[in-house]
Amino acid sequence: MKELPFEHHLLELEKKIDELKSLSAAHFLDLSQEIDTLTQKLEKSKLETYSNLTPWQTTQLARHPRRPLCLDYIDMCFEDFVELRGGRQFPDDNSIVAGLALFRKEPVVVVGHQKGRDTKENIFRNFGMPHPEGYRKALRVMKLANKFRRPIITFVDTPGAYPGMEAEERGQAEAIARNIMEMTFLKVPIVVVVIGEGGSGGAVALGVGDSVLMLEHAIYSVISPEGCASILWRDPSKAEEAARALKLTARDLLELKVIDEFIEEPLGGAHRDPRTTAERVSSALARNLDRLKGLSAEELFQRRLEKYRRMGVYSEDLQ
Amino acid sequence: MGWFTKTKESIVPSNLWTKCQKCEEAIYSKDLAKAAWVCPKCSYHFRIPVRDRIELLLDEKSWQELNAHIKTADPLKFEALTSYDERVKKAVLKTNANEAIATGLGAIEGFPVAVGIFNFDFMGGSMGSAVGEKIVRLTDEALRLRRPLLIVSCSGGARMDEGVLSLMQMVKTSQAIARLSRERLPFLSLLTDPTTGGVTASFAMLGDVILAEPGALIGFAGPRVIEQTIKETLPEGFQRAEFLLETGVIDMVVPRKDLRATLAKLLRFFSAPTHTPKFEAPSNGADPSAPF
Repeated sequence: MKELPFEHHLLELEKKIDELKSLSAAHFLDLSQEIDTLTQKLEKSKLETYSNLTPWQTTQLARHPRRPLCLDYIDMCFEDFVELRGGRQFPDDNSIVAGLALFRKEPVVVVGHQKGRDTKENIFRNFGMPHPEGYRKALRVMKLANKFRRPIITFVDTPGAYPGMEAEERGQAEAIARNIMEMTFLKVPIVVVVIGEGGSGGAVALGVGDSVLMLEHAIYSVISPEGCASILWRDPSKAEEAARALKLTARDLLELKVIDEFIEEPLGGAHRDPRTTAERVSSALARNLDRLKGLSAEELFQRRLEKYRRMGVYSEDLQ
Repeated sequence: MGWFTKTKESIVPSNLWTKCQKCEEAIYSKDLAKAAWVCPKCSYHFRIPVRDRIELLLDEKSWQELNAHIKTADPLKFEALTSYDERVKKAVLKTNANEAIATGLGAIEGFPVAVGIFNFDFMGGSMGSAVGEKIVRLTDEALRLRRPLLIVSCSGGARMDEGVLSLMQMVKTSQAIARLSRERLPFLSLLTDPTTGGVTASFAMLGDVILAEPGALIGFAGPRVIEQTIKETLPEGFQRAEFLLETGVIDMVVPRKDLRATLAKLLRFFSAPTHTPKFEAPSNGADPSAPF
């Protein structure tokens, strides 16, 4: 089990409690008082740690190797998932998954970035960093939803669009731009959930929606803290400062009016209780889809324009 | 985002001689200005300020600037080695402009257009909230007056100092183009050196026609980031306008001296009365809510 530096003391406590439990079972000892004390201490300590995470700690949680990924949510929140593959012009891009599914008995289309859990999976998924053909696959499947009038749910979890030579040759920028514009035109409701890393333009390419939700410990940013640190501080080790300055947490984004709501994670983060996290995601999805249900295509289009037009802070003082 | 190509030494017109940044030839500055800042020896296209761009592309005295007062409000109170506020103040002093884009109305060989011109000297032409807002308001004018839109891009991408709000300007500006598209108003996107990051990955790549100046660096990721990722040196000419033309990413590479005539030709094409006067939606009386 991989641990984060700030989780260390919690895992130590958990280990101690487990030891006491097995000791008491093996030797028929009544250690319940000790166990209770430690459990209380653990809960208190958890609460302290996770309600006061720094933006950099949140970034680490958002990238936690055991954090639930797009396919985990598809598995836990949907039924009858049928994956559709290929952008039709290049080999399939495995950093994006897309398909048809039932959400609470209703047919929907699901699209999301897919990272891997270990090195082998991550190589297969290209660390969740799509090439243009991944975005074009996503658009093809979203247009299918449009054609057959099914709502769209997207899961955002990417360090960013892949910055490689082939990606540039095949028009990475165009693929992202095209998705942003075409998602604006889609005549069906779109609900976006940022589940892990919302990495820059590569995230936005799946991130235009009528409702944009975000998990409590997910991040969403114009650039990674490391990238920002190496440019603006000229020192990648200043990532912690950059993470703070960038205002990339779910609470920040709600305040900046970039997202519509954040979904609380179980204490200690989504990876400690994926099931409960998925239930919360599912009920947030249901609530938002329901809210969008009666809207006409034209209403959806106009609301999308209004929603994004309001984003940004500028001054008009004449001085 | 925000992979800024380091600004080369800015052109000082008062100097009698200017050294070409590519072939290093010393050129008599007056000749260079007459040649619209294109090196007579190697055709290197110098980066030019907004006022020169206006003079180059628009009919005399047709430029009328809009929303020049809009500026950033430092929403994040962003501070790195220096504060964003200080950096903006410096940029304002340097460029005598409030933001990294100038927007307005003008005409090209008699064709009225709404025009946006990026100013690289203002924080690398980066796009934050104010730039996004100015592009949207320019689009409002284009829609109101039913004019084509031309944007001359020159930008390192989204402005980091406004964090995720800069990122959202990608959506905001792309949606401005979506509105034009729905009203069948043309958008001509002219890419100049350099155009990268969040600007390329939004409105700039959504032109009905995408033009670029020779040799312009155009891409999503900056060359340095790609080199760090793939751990290789990029080949000569990679991400240059000519390369993008070959890979099918842009429509044409147009030398600076031909830009105005080319734009006029395009505007003539788009401004002519439509051949089919009315498009009618096919209807068989089917229930519009039926799935298919």
